[in-house]
Amino acid sequence: MGDLILLVISCILVNNIILAQYLGNCPFLGTSKKMETAIGMAMAVVFVLALAGVITWVTETLVLKRFGLEYLRTVSFILVIASLVQFVEMFLKKVVPALYVGLGIFLPLITTNCAVFGVAIIISNNEYTFLQALVSSTAYAVGFGLALILFAGVRERIDLGRVPKPLQDASIGLVTAGVLSLAFFAFKGMV
Amino acid sequence: MAKSISQEFVKGLWAEVPPFRLVLGLCPVLAVTKTVENGLGMGVATLFVLVCSNLLVSAMRNVIPSKVRIACFIIIIATFVTIVEILMQALYYPLYLALGIFTPLIVVNCIILGRAEAFAAKNGLIASFADGLGMGIGFTLSLGVLGAVREVLGSGTFWGTSIFGPSFQPFTFMIEAPGAFVALGLMLCVMNLVGQK
Repeated sequence: MGDLILLVISCILVNNIILAQYLGNCPFLGTSKKMETAIGMAMAVVFVLALAGVITWVTETLVLKRFGLEYLRTVSFILVIASLVQFVEMFLKKVVPALYVGLGIFLPLITTNCAVFGVAIIISNNEYTFLQALVSSTAYAVGFGLALILFAGVRERIDLGRVPKPLQDASIGLVTAGVLSLAFFAFKGMV
Repeated sequence: MAKSISQEFVKGLWAEVPPFRLVLGLCPVLAVTKTVENGLGMGVATLFVLVCSNLLVSAMRNVIPSKVRIACFIIIIATFVTIVEILMQALYYPLYLALGIFTPLIVVNCIILGRAEAFAAKNGLIASFADGLGMGIGFTLSLGVLGAVREVLGSGTFWGTSIFGPSFQPFTFMIEAPGAFVALGLMLCVMNLVGQK
């Protein structure tokens, strides 16, 4: 149990998926200009990432390892994630239409979110057990949401200030992300 | 015709150089540029996948039904990434270890899928080849430059050899995660400054 709690802390704060592992930067910069879109993206990612971590684990353990097909990992993971996103989209549309409308465009975009694929690969490289895979993928997803929403809050403030022209948009966004990353860097000593 | 092909090639080098002008494919850019060597290695791997997938997508553009095109593109890209992964493991093992999870992650690099969808699916073989080569070289050079800045400042070396002598106190911030974001942001700013003139 203690191990799992440590894993949660390490995945959310110490090894934050965006700010310490450099994954999922495109949606991080792309959807953080407004708080609303940031919350939408964060929710969609939490949902899909937690599922994807478990399903790719199952795929690897039950299919790839049993038949000695480990070299097909990249191809099979990306296919599993793409079809998972498609399936989640159809499922939500039928069962929870309100959530489907709320997530909107962000759901299909997740297929190319490298955070999802990256977590699948991290879990596979570390040879986690099922429980560890479940806990870590959920925790990574929460970390993603946390970083994205914090960053969107900071960026909304920056929009009010006067930024020199060459620094505008993505440039000041990256520098801000650097400062935020520095804040998360302080957690390094915790675990 | 010859002129337009050279234009397709050149646009990837400056006018639309991937990580800066398009702000796509940032993850590998930030993650593997701790040293020049890693940056260039990642760049060349991406270049290979980009050129091959552009060629194959362009060759098959009339066969692939438009409804399932994205899935087909992803499978084509994933196949080439697997080839790169296995080749790198066999021939450049230290680089394979240094790049870590970012080799399989070339699959989800938005630049490659973006070029397949925006360019190769609509253009002929030679033009797609030129486009892939230009974009790939632009990407490799950007990674190399960013890697050079971070390695020189962060560890005081260039390609592994010390350049400032033993008295230099390395600016370790630059090779950690925060430094990556700040360095890329400032480089983007410099590109904007130069581009304005």
